[in-house]
Formats: sequence, C-alpha cells, structure tokens
Amino acid sequence: MSTDFIKVRQDFPVLSRVINGKTLVYLDSANTSQKPRVVIDAMTAFLQHDYAPINRSGYQMASEATDLYEGARIAVAKFINAPNANEVIFTKNATEALNLIVRTWGLANLKRGDIVVLTHMEHHANMVPWHMLVAEIGIELRFIPITPDGQLDLSTLDELLIDAKVLSFTSMSNVLGTITPAKLLCDAAHRAGAIAIVDGCQSVPHMVTDIQDMGADFLAFSSHKMCGPSGLGVLWGRQQLLESMPPYMGGGNMIADVRLDGFTCAELPAKYEAGTPPITEAIGLGAAVAYLNDVGMVNVQNHETEMASYAIDQLTKRLGDDIVIHGPTNPELRGATLSFALKNIHPHDVSQILDQSNVCVRAGHHCAKPLMRLLGVNATVRASFYLYNNHQDADSLCDALEQAREFFSV
Amino acid sequence: MPGLEDLYREIILDHYRSPRNRGELPPPAVRTEGHNPLCGDEIQVYLAVQNGFVSDVKISGQGCSISQSSASMMSAAVKGKPIAEVRSIVRCFKSMMTIEEDSETEAQDEKVKLGDLEALQGVVKFPVRIKCATLAWNTLLQGLDEATA
Repeated sequence: MSTDFIKVRQDFPVLSRVINGKTLVYLDSANTSQKPRVVIDAMTAFLQHDYAPINRSGYQMASEATDLYEGARIAVAKFINAPNANEVIFTKNATEALNLIVRTWGLANLKRGDIVVLTHMEHHANMVPWHMLVAEIGIELRFIPITPDGQLDLSTLDELLIDAKVLSFTSMSNVLGTITPAKLLCDAAHRAGAIAIVDGCQSVPHMVTDIQDMGADFLAFSSHKMCGPSGLGVLWGRQQLLESMPPYMGGGNMIADVRLDGFTCAELPAKYEAGTPPITEAIGLGAAVAYLNDVGMVNVQNHETEMASYAIDQLTKRLGDDIVIHGPTNPELRGATLSFALKNIHPHDVSQILDQSNVCVRAGHHCAKPLMRLLGVNATVRASFYLYNNHQDADSLCDALEQAREFFSV
Repeated sequence: MPGLEDLYREIILDHYRSPRNRGELPPPAVRTEGHNPLCGDEIQVYLAVQNGFVSDVKISGQGCSISQSSASMMSAAVKGKPIAEVRSIVRCFKSMMTIEEDSETEAQDEKVKLGDLEALQGVVKFPVRIKCATLAWNTLLQGLDEATA
C-alpha cells in the first residue's frame, strides 16, 4: 500500500518552522529525528492526565501508568519481532545498551586473550566500551576492513572470526550509510562459536527489523532516531542470555529481595531497569512505533531509497567533480545518510553557509574517528534524510552547497 | 541572524588561504597538540623560546577556516614578542572570545592592541565557532606553560 509522504511531512510540526524567512530543511536525522504530533501528544497527555509511578504503588493511576509503560514495551517488541516482550530492556540510550552488554555479558564471559571482532566503520559507542575491556582484562580486538566503495570487506571474515567470542557490528553505518549484511554476519559469527551483537541505531528507524530472521543475540537502538523522544534507548537480548548475565546497575526495581547479606535479582526485564525509568519517554516511543507502523516500514525504506537515489543524482549533476560522496553509490546498498566532501572546503565552513539557508546538516567526525582516518579526512559533511524529507529538501541542499562553493572560491 | 560577513571577514579568508608560519620546529622547541572534539580538528603548535622571547612559532594540523586563520594570525601576533606580552595578548584575545562580562572587564585594563585579530570578534556572534577560534590559543598556552616550566 502506498503512503502519502506529503501528508507524512505535515505530521511533524517543527518542519513548518520558519527562520529568517526560510523554512526548515532538516537533514540531520541520522543524528536525531524530529517528532510527529502523535508522539508529542501522547507524552503531553500522559503528563497532563495519567502521570504516576510504575511497578510500585497500588492505586488506579499507578496501575494505569504501569500498563501504558508495559504497553510501550510490547509495541517495541512487536516492532522488531522479538519472541518475548520481557527481552526488551529500556535503557538511557543506545550507548548505555551497548555498554550494558559489555559490562555484564562481557565481563562475565571474556578473559585475557579472548577475541572480539568489530568493523572499521563502528560508532565510538560500539568501540570504546570494548577498548575499555582491552585495558581492563586484556581482550583482543580485530576489525573487519572496508572496501573502497564503503562496504564491509568480507573476504577475510572467516579468518577474522577464528576463535572469536564476539562479533559486534553496525547494521547501517552512521557515516557512509552502508547497509551491512546483518543476517550473513550473524550466521558467520554463530558458525565460529561467537555471539552476534548488532548496533541497530541507524537501521531500526529506517527499515523492517526482524530480529528472529536476522539471528542476532543482542540488538541496541535508540528512541530519538526513530521519531521517539531522547533519553531512552532499547536493548533487546535473547532471554537465556539476559537471564544468565549478572545485573548491570543495582538499586530499586531490579531486585526480588534484599537482605543485609545480599540480594536476589528480579525477573526480566526489571533485572536491568534499576531505578525509576524514563516512563513518559517510553510511552512516547510506543506512540512513535505505532506511527511508524501506520506509515509502514517497507514504505519508509522505499521512500528513503528513492530519496538517496535522487539526492546522489542531483548532488553529482549539480556539483560534478567538486563533490566526493563517501560510501556506496548504489542506493540499494545504502540508507539515505550521505557523507561528502565539497572541494577542499572544511565541513564546518560548509555547514555554516548551509545554516544561512536553514539547511541543517552535521559537520564533523560523527563519532567514528577510526573511519575518518581511513577515509583520510578529519571530518565530513553529512546530510541524512528520513521519512519526512522530500525532493525539495535535496534541491535546497544543492542550492546551498552551490552558494558555499561560490563563497569559498579563490 | 548575524550575516556571514561578520564571521568570514576578508582578512580571515586571507589567512585561511595563505596561512603564515606553517610548518614544524625541531626540539628543543616545545610541541603541543590541541583537538576540537566537535569537528575533529587537530592543531600542533611549535614554540621556540629564547631569553624570555618567543623566538619562533610554527603551526601544523588541519581545520576549518576559523581555526586555521586564527592560528595563523596568532602566530604572526606572538612571534618575536616577550613572553609576558604574549601572555597578555592571549588573555585579551580569549576575553574578546567570551560572552561573559566579568572576564572582559578584567582584561580591559591590559590595553593590548590586537590589530588584525579584532577581525575575529564577529565569531562571538556564532557561539558554536568560538571553540574553533580559541583552539590554537589554548594550545599555545599549554606550550607557553611547558616552555617556561
């Protein structure tokens, strides 16, 4: 069923904002997405009419709040086709979700000399926590290299996975937009006897996620990149793994019993949700998931493939040799996140000129400094599209880039 | 919204296109490195000190037009100056780059002529870029501390 993406755009109130006579051209959704009215309304309604603690008090309001919070968990579980809603853990953000895996499963199961395989295109959040284990217990890291067109080079995958305990990888690069073959990688990890951890921050908001088909053991993603509020991340893990791991943070809600000589953990998911969670935010994410389901994730992905195709086409046509787009040029192999260089103009200067036209992009290293070094740059300009962007946004980007090129022409 | 001409003054673009004092100095010159975590810019400042004077200074690294031109102007402003004067130029420049009132009044007594550097004043209207403009200066300060320790 086709979706009316003109109507989709109208669902996002902020996109009608005008600054200095120019409407907002928001191309920074890989960073954080804008919110549809239904999400804003759901959170406002909860705060105005229903706000109460969860899992604690016995009065009607508290019981209703608990049902709303747990309803959001069920919605998120269905969204990724998780077998069991208790496998969905709400965290502070995706970074905390990844750290949770490293600090619990990692510390309990890894020892000196054990091998963890990552890729050269990981976000710092899926690299630094492992570096910390290198420093603390002496694990060893290996990295899947990248081909010149920005895809994972899988020619040595089986060798890299020999004796590996973990393969942890992104399902879509936040810099290059590359969609990685997640199912193939999970299968390869399992054949080698390793667990598979997927950083889904960039893929979950933009395409259908079927965790059972993918075969991952853990999946981390963030609410704020998929039309939900910030302050909330999601960790999904296989029930048997989550049950076997030690707890992460200690405190209220995560215990079944506390005595002077110790404690007993609560069942999942409470075991990993110490303290009062972001209740309002979880309800916001529940609304975001319902919204994305209404639009249809297949439609979202098709829209973005078409956006990437149009944007790459226009950028190349209008800026020619002055623009170098990193990552795959085939729109089928990538999401609509485009990193590029404009002549030798520094990305920070490019984004400054774009800001004059109210075109919002990110300039910088995108929390992927090892990848930046590989590309031979210290920063890129990144324009990232989402379901609410249209051709006009891509045209405005090209207009503003032409102005930047002119401004800095020697 | 302040206009681009406030930020990208002609003299800034000139220093960006033809940076002064680019290069490196061998030891015993002090080498310090600065990073701007926001945009990934890196800068190295090489500082040679003799008889209480900054006898030579060189800049290397990569960065945006603001960070590079600021570094270039800085090198021109401090080269050959006594260390005490260099420190007061740094103080005055950094106070020009702050939005808070307190530090400004403190440094105003110093009466240092910033000259070309005043072209960078417009950066204050673009708070995100202040870190770009001060990167080289903070790195120079580290170098001064090391050279005079």
